[in-house]
Amino acid sequence: MPATLRTAAFGAAVAAFAFAPASALAQKKYDTGATDTEIRVGHIVPYSGPASAYGVIGKTEEAYFRMVNDNGGINGRKVKFVSYDDAYSPPKAVEQVRKLVESDEVLVVFNPLGTPSNSAIQKYLNAKKVPQLFVATGATKWNDPKHFPWTIGWQPSYQSEALIYAKYLMKEKPDAKVVVLYQNDDFGKDYVKGLKDGFGAKASMIVAEESYEISEPTIDSHIVKLKATGADVFISITTPKFAAQAIKKLAEIDWKPMHILSNVSISVGSVIKPAGFENAQGILSAAYAKDAADPQWQDDPGMKKFLALLDKYYPEADRLNTSVVYGYGAAQTLTKVLEMCGDNLTRENIMKQAANLKDFTPDTLLPGVKINTSTTDFAPIEQLQMMRFKGEKWDLFGDIISGEAGH
Amino acid sequence: MSAVEEAANEAPAVEAVPKRAMTLGYGTSLVVLALLIIVPMFLKNFFVFQLTMLLIYALAVLALNILTGGSGQFSLGQSAFYAVGAYTSAILMEHMGVNYALTLPVAGIICFGFGFLFGQPALRLSGIYLALATFALAVAMPQLLKLGFFEHWTGGVQGLVVTKPDAPFGLPISQDRWLYYFTLVVSIGIYIASVNLLKSRSGRAFMAIRDNEIAASAMGVDVALYKTLAFGVSAGITGVAGGLGAIAVQFVAPDGYTITLAISLFLGMVVGGVGWLPGSIVGSAFIIFVPNIAEHISKGLSGAVFGVLLFLVIFLVPHGARQVAMVAQQMLGKLKKN
Repeated sequence: MPATLRTAAFGAAVAAFAFAPASALAQKKYDTGATDTEIRVGHIVPYSGPASAYGVIGKTEEAYFRMVNDNGGINGRKVKFVSYDDAYSPPKAVEQVRKLVESDEVLVVFNPLGTPSNSAIQKYLNAKKVPQLFVATGATKWNDPKHFPWTIGWQPSYQSEALIYAKYLMKEKPDAKVVVLYQNDDFGKDYVKGLKDGFGAKASMIVAEESYEISEPTIDSHIVKLKATGADVFISITTPKFAAQAIKKLAEIDWKPMHILSNVSISVGSVIKPAGFENAQGILSAAYAKDAADPQWQDDPGMKKFLALLDKYYPEADRLNTSVVYGYGAAQTLTKVLEMCGDNLTRENIMKQAANLKDFTPDTLLPGVKINTSTTDFAPIEQLQMMRFKGEKWDLFGDIISGEAGH
Repeated sequence: MSAVEEAANEAPAVEAVPKRAMTLGYGTSLVVLALLIIVPMFLKNFFVFQLTMLLIYALAVLALNILTGGSGQFSLGQSAFYAVGAYTSAILMEHMGVNYALTLPVAGIICFGFGFLFGQPALRLSGIYLALATFALAVAMPQLLKLGFFEHWTGGVQGLVVTKPDAPFGLPISQDRWLYYFTLVVSIGIYIASVNLLKSRSGRAFMAIRDNEIAASAMGVDVALYKTLAFGVSAGITGVAGGLGAIAVQFVAPDGYTITLAISLFLGMVVGGVGWLPGSIVGSAFIIFVPNIAEHISKGLSGAVFGVLLFLVIFLVPHGARQVAMVAQQMLGKLKKN
């Protein structure tokens, strides 16, 4: 009899032992890349090659997650941030992302940069059902939850921004004659499409378009040609080097149209200052993030946190570089999503939470700009505020405008 | 000084490699082949993918090797042929629904024609001037692919997404593994054909031109024909490699085929040993893995670390993998005697 009893007791003990972790497992759910102590996050960015200037985004994000880990991690789990160089080359991006997913076994691929690189990895990640979270490109095509439920954008799309300019012009200058100078690539073309969509039936307001190749040494001839059309609004869809050239050339040939500059080139340090402050007065643009150089944010609690992070974890960062501000905001958004996931760290739940952000405001975004997503809206930031260059800085004006594009 | 004298006095651009030294021995070839067949069976899909890329770049390096090591002509424009091959495969597969395997010969033939035609004006140029002309081709190619005129087909700057083929006949292996073995078969076929080409009458003509153009023409070799032919063959093989690359990467975009690729291939050839065909795979391994190692050592200075490693290779073994192989062979020989 005692023997049976002992067996029964043993059996009960085994059963208890076997069931205890099972009930715990019911609450904690993991996919590859997440454990009780760690969340592995994969990332690619060009640290080398033609677009290596964006490498600071990766460094800022790395600094941000170090801070998160020093403060105890996310729900007790440390973030392991694995970041590789793709040199802005699509084949290299595929290789590195496959390495992240299959060899490093990351839970998500976060903030991969560049339209070509993201196009190259999109199909693979969606087939593997690995989240391609908060891609760092402004193309509109990332907001397509129906066909690519594992891909989600972050920053306002180029089309959203262009829509905002079109709205502004139709309200403020309904009889404007608009000319557009754009870079002949996906960035420029997306933008022009946004403008035309924005003008809608009044697309004839655009009297001329000129495109330039990124390899052209100067864009002077295009500007002279555009002046000859007698237009009174000049929209400059240019990257920093060309934006500065355009501002200078306009002053040189004494042409003073209303000048609208794309958000890509609003950096005071690398565009406006080289072009000359006196030439840049009155230029219009739109922003969604705070500018670290702007004194109005000196006492802003969000920017104070941003600067404190840089001081402690990334002291060599250039505080005026908009990419640093960008990386901070993106990393904070991922942290928020992972917090929302709680102990259910499956890839499916991560996409569910990423599509469930409601009025979330990272520290570095303009007050009033909020991140909102839903199962049908994979474009987190869609709001911008217009601003005018005055003196040596941008002055924000008007309301926060929403430019929802692509749906 | 007349052009003829100039050509006669010029030091040969590429060191003469005897025909027999261009390949591996029978036994060694079989060992390498066995490794290439067996090893991927035990690897994760990602490493299999990397090995596929290794074979693909090895083909492209081999093509350059035939051109430079065989006929003594330089090219920095291989990325252009690679791009044409990749786009040919991608367009045929995605727009016309052609089977992936059938797109490769088409890519090869189109690139052969392209290379042959490019070889015509290149006849007037030699050495560094030829290198510059092909360099221009490589620089122009990404922009040509972006032209609005072709956009309907090429997808412009957005590129084209390619569907990866499944293993046929319901074979229970993953897409990556299937593609690896498919690439391996194509590569072996091309390797054997290349070895035979260089051993043939045409191959001897290539080498005669490489060693001394005037002597070759005095022997009755049609210099113009064989020079352009070398260009054509090289471009054709590069095109096939490009097509395979497009299928493996599942994406083509102008940014994937910049001058950086051409320089990488050139680098691969030098590291592998100019004129030594088996070195192609070593060179290919160098251009795929060494940047990753460099990145592992230092993220911010990966370019500099890569430079140092490259410098060490060129300084210590100027003839690349061929030199290492020869030294190893001699040591083995000594061991046998003892």
